[in-house]
Amino acid sequence: MTLLPLLIIMLLTLGSAAVAMMLRNLIHSAMLLIFSWAGIAAFFLWAGAEFVAFAQVLVYVGAVSMVVLFAVLLTRRSRADLEVSPPAWKRILLAVFPSVLVGSLLIGAVLGAFPPTTNSSPAPELTVKQIGESLMGPQTAALLAIGVLLTVALLGAIVIASPEKSEDKP
Amino acid sequence: MLGSGILKGLAVTAKNFVGSYHDPKRMVTVEYPEQKTNIPENYRSFPFLVSENAEDPMGSLRCVACQICEKECPPQCIIIEKSKDKKPDAAGKMQLYPAVFNIDTSVCMSCQICVEVCPFDSIKMDQVFEVAATERFNELLLTRERLAKPNSYYHQIHPTEAAEVDGRLTAERQAAAEKAKAAAAAKAAAAAAKPVVASTQPAPAPVAAAQKSPPPAA
Amino acid sequence: MSAASGSEHFLEHAPLDLRDWLVQFLTHWLHLTGLLQWMLHNLISIVMILAVFGLFFAFTTIAERKLLGRLQNRLGPNRTGLPKFSRLFGGWHFKHKLFGLSQPFADAIKALTKEDIVPAEADKLLHFLAPVIVVAFSLMTFAVLPFGRHFIPVEMDAALLYFFAAGSATELAIFMAGWSSRNKYSLLSAMRALAQLISYELPLILSVVPVVLVTSTLSTQNIVLAQGSWTFGVLPHWFVFTPWGCAGFLIFLVSALAESNRSPFDLPEAESELVAGHLTEYSGFKYALFFMAEYFGLTALSALGVTIFLGGWQAPCEFLQIIPSYLWFMGKLILMIVFFIWVRGTLLRLRIDQLTRLSWKFLVPLALINLVNGGFWALTTEWSGPLQIARWAISIVVIVVPFLLMGRKLSTGFAPRTYRYAP
Repeated sequence: MTLLPLLIIMLLTLGSAAVAMMLRNLIHSAMLLIFSWAGIAAFFLWAGAEFVAFAQVLVYVGAVSMVVLFAVLLTRRSRADLEVSPPAWKRILLAVFPSVLVGSLLIGAVLGAFPPTTNSSPAPELTVKQIGESLMGPQTAALLAIGVLLTVALLGAIVIASPEKSEDKP
Repeated sequence: MLGSGILKGLAVTAKNFVGSYHDPKRMVTVEYPEQKTNIPENYRSFPFLVSENAEDPMGSLRCVACQICEKECPPQCIIIEKSKDKKPDAAGKMQLYPAVFNIDTSVCMSCQICVEVCPFDSIKMDQVFEVAATERFNELLLTRERLAKPNSYYHQIHPTEAAEVDGRLTAERQAAAEKAKAAAAAKAAAAAAKPVVASTQPAPAPVAAAQKSPPPAA
Repeated sequence: MSAASGSEHFLEHAPLDLRDWLVQFLTHWLHLTGLLQWMLHNLISIVMILAVFGLFFAFTTIAERKLLGRLQNRLGPNRTGLPKFSRLFGGWHFKHKLFGLSQPFADAIKALTKEDIVPAEADKLLHFLAPVIVVAFSLMTFAVLPFGRHFIPVEMDAALLYFFAAGSATELAIFMAGWSSRNKYSLLSAMRALAQLISYELPLILSVVPVVLVTSTLSTQNIVLAQGSWTFGVLPHWFVFTPWGCAGFLIFLVSALAESNRSPFDLPEAESELVAGHLTEYSGFKYALFFMAEYFGLTALSALGVTIFLGGWQAPCEFLQIIPSYLWFMGKLILMIVFFIWVRGTLLRLRIDQLTRLSWKFLVPLALINLVNGGFWALTTEWSGPLQIARWAISIVVIVVPFLLMGRKLSTGFAPRTYRYAP
């Protein structure tokens, strides 16, 4: 009974991701993918990690979704331009290999967590202040690495999008 | 400084807001129909027929059914039928009068050409614009009875124009009366100078003189 | 919700007591269990918020129309009175026009009874979902705003982050609206709206970060409590009266205008541009829902600005605390909305390239500099005496000098217009 919310969240997240893979319409797939990201945020909320949940919504649903949609719409192909699907044996191989790899990793991780430890500690009550202090203290390296990554991405985007030298500034 | 223009703009609109409560220059709305604006004198809506006095509108129409306005009207919205008999006009002369004078205001375009071409100053432009109707033919087709309005009304709506028209008409009638009197006097003198042939001729001159002598009534 | 202290005014917690009494009464009458009681408790809060802010939205629309009218030298709508009750009461008809204040209800009835036209080629599910999502997420942002001393619906540790997360999900709905209409002009306009919204989300969030630095908390209730002291009892310690707070507030104002698609940033939905932009294919109630979501977003952002910079529900002077805190909050909220309407009636619309240039080249650098400013302020709280003057002076210089320099740079190339023949 206590796991009912978790089951519902799991169903919605995995279900929408699966349906997103199957749909022909790219925009519908993108919308369902966004819905599965929101499902992950709901999972974070269920697990008690408020900060991460809201950050997930802010970053994924609020910004990455725009990037995905812009990319889809700006690189649209016409309907006549459908690519020929690869032969069946190739598709099966490409489907089986990664799914076996990822699936074994996941199943190994989940099985390795059972049986649960007898002295189950209560969930840590983490305030945002503690998260902030740990991000600025022990976890600074991660923060700086992400900062550098974002800066490089931003510079790359500006370089790609900048106009030619011959154009006058408005 | 960036933003100084914005602040100046905000000050202007604030003045507008505060002024709209007490300053009539900053509140230009006229709440029609409770309040009405003053219509300029030259405003025109649809034509009307001028009649000399208010007691007998049909009998004292200046219109003599010459049908010039009917022919000049671009959308041909005036319909005139001449009468079979003649009636004396304001100057005493026997004139035809319109038995039927209809203007279809759903067709009329208020171009004022009928006013410009009328030689008798009998059709002028009205200023009534609240003429919404629910039926086309009964209410938008104006007949002679609805079109005839007295000269006093004309003075009310177009004071300078009416004064000028009245002055001109009075002058014309006086000039005509003078001319008739002079002609009658000349005829009388001619008749008196030829008493021999007076027997064969009827005596129209004294009769004409008797008719022309009463001064033109206003 | 803490129990009232002895010196607190009775009206402060009167609505809360009313709610608790109602919950108790219904629990006894209907024999409710714990979970249902909790749901009832929160349901009453939700209904109250919906009712109060629904009415607030209705009166914002009529206030906007009348205020815009007065700013433009004309009267606003003043003809709607009450409907004719002649048949009910045998010929009695309340004739007074109520100064047009029942206009929003007339508009609501009109929107509800209009035919709902969906284009034949439209993506029906997305077309239906877009107004629903945008209203839902706009309403969700109201959950963390402190309306009064004890009046916060959900007290969360990361309240500010939740607010921005819920606000950013509305942008997705705008894209859905534009794309599902199968109208290339709607799509283009939705893209431009998205570009505008993303560009201005950065300055919006960055202008709020100095407040988080100074108060070291993300909880909105704690931010309001941190502004609750007075110098000599009459000068409030609101953040807007500090240099970094004033600059942050101005950046927040501009970004809030842009985030809610409002003049002078209303390019996506301007009539002279792509008709109604991404809302072209919406009619009737769905259009009313988008309209409502825009106003809810504006109200929520104004409320956030009031909370963070203008002291929330704190009274301006110590002795004015007699007036209940929620009335102060409402008063400040109304002031901000009136200011937004004033700006709408004054300024011209910006083009999309002017918009984005303003955000990326002006507001983001200023917001980052303000961040440094806020950090400096947070680190120098122990300075006192003559050092206080130094603290204020440094703070002011750090933010004003870049503002002037960048302002000059932004307006180069545009000399003041001169006329050859006009006097």
